[in-house]
Amino acid sequence: MSDSLRDMFFAECEDLLEALSEGLAAMSDGTHDAETVNAIFRAVHSIKGAAGAFALEDIVSFAHQYETVLDLIRSGQLDPDAEVMRAILRSSDVLADLVDAAQNDRTDRPDAMAPLLEQLTRLADAAPAPIATQPPEPEAVFAPMAAMPLTLAPIVGAESRFRIRFRPERALFDNGHDPLRLLRALSALGELTVDCDLSAIPPLGSFDPEESFLAWDMTLTGDIAEGEIRGVFSFVDGLCTLSVEREDDEAPQSTVPNSPLPQPAATPPGEAETPLVNADPPPDPGGERQPVRAGGAAAANAGPARPTLRVDPERVDRLINTVGELIINQAVIGQKIAALGAEPNSEVMSDLDDYRHLARDIQEGVMAIRAQPVKPLFQRMGRIIREAAEAVGKEVVLETEGEMTEVDKTVVERLADPLTHMVRNAVDHGIEPAALRTERGKPAEGTVRLIAAHRSGHVHIAIADDGGGLDRERILGKAVEKGLVSPEAKLTESEIDNLLFLPGFSTASSITNLSGRGVGMDVVKTAITSLGGRVSISSRPGHGSTFSITLPLTLAVLDGMVVTVGDQTMVLPLYSILETIRPQARNVTPLGRGGHVLSIRGAYVPIVSLAHVLGLASEPFDPTRSIFVLIRADGSQPVALAVEAISDQRQVVIKSLEGNYGRIPGISAATILGDGKIALIVDTDTVVAIAAQTPAVQTIRDKEPDHEQLAALG
Amino acid sequence: MSSSPLWDDNATIEFVSLVSGGQSFCLEITTIREIRRWSAVTPLPYSEDSVLGVMNLRGAVIPIVDLAARLGLGRTDPTARHVIIVVAVHQRTLGLLVDSVSEILTVKGGAIRETPNVRSDDSIRSIRGLLQIEEEMSRIIDLSALLPAEHEDAA
Repeated sequence: MSDSLRDMFFAECEDLLEALSEGLAAMSDGTHDAETVNAIFRAVHSIKGAAGAFALEDIVSFAHQYETVLDLIRSGQLDPDAEVMRAILRSSDVLADLVDAAQNDRTDRPDAMAPLLEQLTRLADAAPAPIATQPPEPEAVFAPMAAMPLTLAPIVGAESRFRIRFRPERALFDNGHDPLRLLRALSALGELTVDCDLSAIPPLGSFDPEESFLAWDMTLTGDIAEGEIRGVFSFVDGLCTLSVEREDDEAPQSTVPNSPLPQPAATPPGEAETPLVNADPPPDPGGERQPVRAGGAAAANAGPARPTLRVDPERVDRLINTVGELIINQAVIGQKIAALGAEPNSEVMSDLDDYRHLARDIQEGVMAIRAQPVKPLFQRMGRIIREAAEAVGKEVVLETEGEMTEVDKTVVERLADPLTHMVRNAVDHGIEPAALRTERGKPAEGTVRLIAAHRSGHVHIAIADDGGGLDRERILGKAVEKGLVSPEAKLTESEIDNLLFLPGFSTASSITNLSGRGVGMDVVKTAITSLGGRVSISSRPGHGSTFSITLPLTLAVLDGMVVTVGDQTMVLPLYSILETIRPQARNVTPLGRGGHVLSIRGAYVPIVSLAHVLGLASEPFDPTRSIFVLIRADGSQPVALAVEAISDQRQVVIKSLEGNYGRIPGISAATILGDGKIALIVDTDTVVAIAAQTPAVQTIRDKEPDHEQLAALG
Repeated sequence: MSSSPLWDDNATIEFVSLVSGGQSFCLEITTIREIRRWSAVTPLPYSEDSVLGVMNLRGAVIPIVDLAARLGLGRTDPTARHVIIVVAVHQRTLGLLVDSVSEILTVKGGAIRETPNVRSDDSIRSIRGLLQIEEEMSRIIDLSALLPAEHEDAA
């Protein structure tokens, strides 16, 4: 199979898995209606069908067993109680793992697969015999099909017998499918008798060798679900006329809830050539009409109708780039017209204003294309919580809020790891064991809440647990023990909480296989900072902890402060700036050789000359001629960055330097200003780190710090 | 002198000849994106001497390299008469500051001579071959040798 087909398969799997977890989430909330269960069944079934085409045996066999259990739930033969729910939830995780493994060409099986398979089989076997529960509703929504001759044969044992009529269309051959393969696949399912219908073949004179004239009438006997038969045809869906009918003496079919099927109903009435997926129910020997079984490949894609567009992300990125240019170009024109002396309220200026608004609108619209709801991310966290809770033997549920909040795709992707880490931490360290919870008068089941919201141009995400809260004494003790703070230090509560983010800090006294592997919250913090975000903690002993993350809406633009450094224009990211200070001479005190500190409200803050750190200064640092920008760097201590002037505060479009050049210490990216010139965006964290490693004297004397030091900074 | 094994003897190749640091060079025309006049660049901190800075090329930020300095032929003092050749190599785009661009040469692969193995320094390593044009010799530049030093490693 070609790679593009494979890619398509996995992209589809992603959607199907999402639909699956969506459906399962609804079921967990107590929605057991037929449509929900059907949607779940269809998702699993479609994955199975497509996986079969790629010979992904593990997926097929697992999905098959999974599907069997789902089918039993669907038909009301199996009650989705807590145990069953747990099994099918875990199964969805395993299925996702299997798909992931297949995508990465791995053949290892998830550990949970074997026991789950066993459990699924047990569940399937334990289900009671079919009971007729629902009266048939044959008039539902099915497109009727020309009646077909029926010869009914008695059925032996639990075997079912299907009549299949398959008429390929020309397009089926055009697409390179071979009916023979399909027939072979069918014969693998059970006992197949095939009858080829040659009646449509025209006289030789009018014979078109490329047209399809053949049709096959088949009877298939065996222990088969109709879905399996349709699964065989899932890849020629729409390229043939297919009808599958069950011929049974009994009426076990009536146990299937006959839910309305979106797919056939949506078929435009005018199209005679659309494949008929459902046949008119044939009268059965008992004189009873039986409902036609739904599901299978044709209905597989029917979910909630939400038309979406699959676009190569690169195209969107290109569009975003171009729009960025448009914004810059608009600024350039604005500056030029202003320079020509146009009156502020002149016609040309108001037109220019319109232009600016339009450009902003387009930019927002394009950004919205990249925006994605955090829902799939949150759903993934649901899974993490299930696994984590199982591993540590706690009962934990996930509550989500604001899952339709949209965030830039990259942000969603890059949030997955830190969020996973925090959610695991919440389950492992946050939530107390059930016994302790009951003792404290809390429900035995712990709750982890994930909340997303837009607030003042930022995205806020909170991970809150109702556990025991942070044990500040232990955190402080640990920090002292590890030499991260001195024993005499008097720290405020929030300072203690923030110790969690220090590299190499891990409070778990025993290393569990869940969290506490040494990669601590500092990794989380680094990941979030690299997205231009901030993370903070609040905690109430006995009531739980909340980790709050604030992120920019997009990674393509940045709120920045435009400053002059050396004779260059540079941009400082606004999120790192605490305040700007024009100092009095008496507030600046020399400290050590060439170093300075700034006295501000009784505290002393180290001064770092940006020009010197970046090697742009030709003269010794003169703090009296500088303006200070107080920034909050990676550590907890603020630093005063000395710049020459502050000229503006505005949104800038981020242009990466890495593509054409490479990384530069102290610089995170570049942007293009209104005059078309490039301004570099300062990476405040590395600037402070460089300054800390470079003796103050050296920053003045040498243009460049040691390259070894730079290398060490990474 | 043998012909260079890098080119097929019968292939027709087009080069743009240029002058940098007082020497004559040429670049395969297929690598050149555009040629423009020098305009001021934004210097980059911690860059090599030969990297003059970055320039805005219709929204793309591209580094500008002083070809003469990169080849060890001394720095160029850029003026409005100097030229930037924008080239693409290994999916990177960069600008080369040169003294001037002269003409387009169409030559047979067989006319290209191998670079004699004299010394191994930057000025030689970045020459892929030699071309005899009338009485003069032109050096064919190996662009991949010119990429700014791997900053990914250093930073």
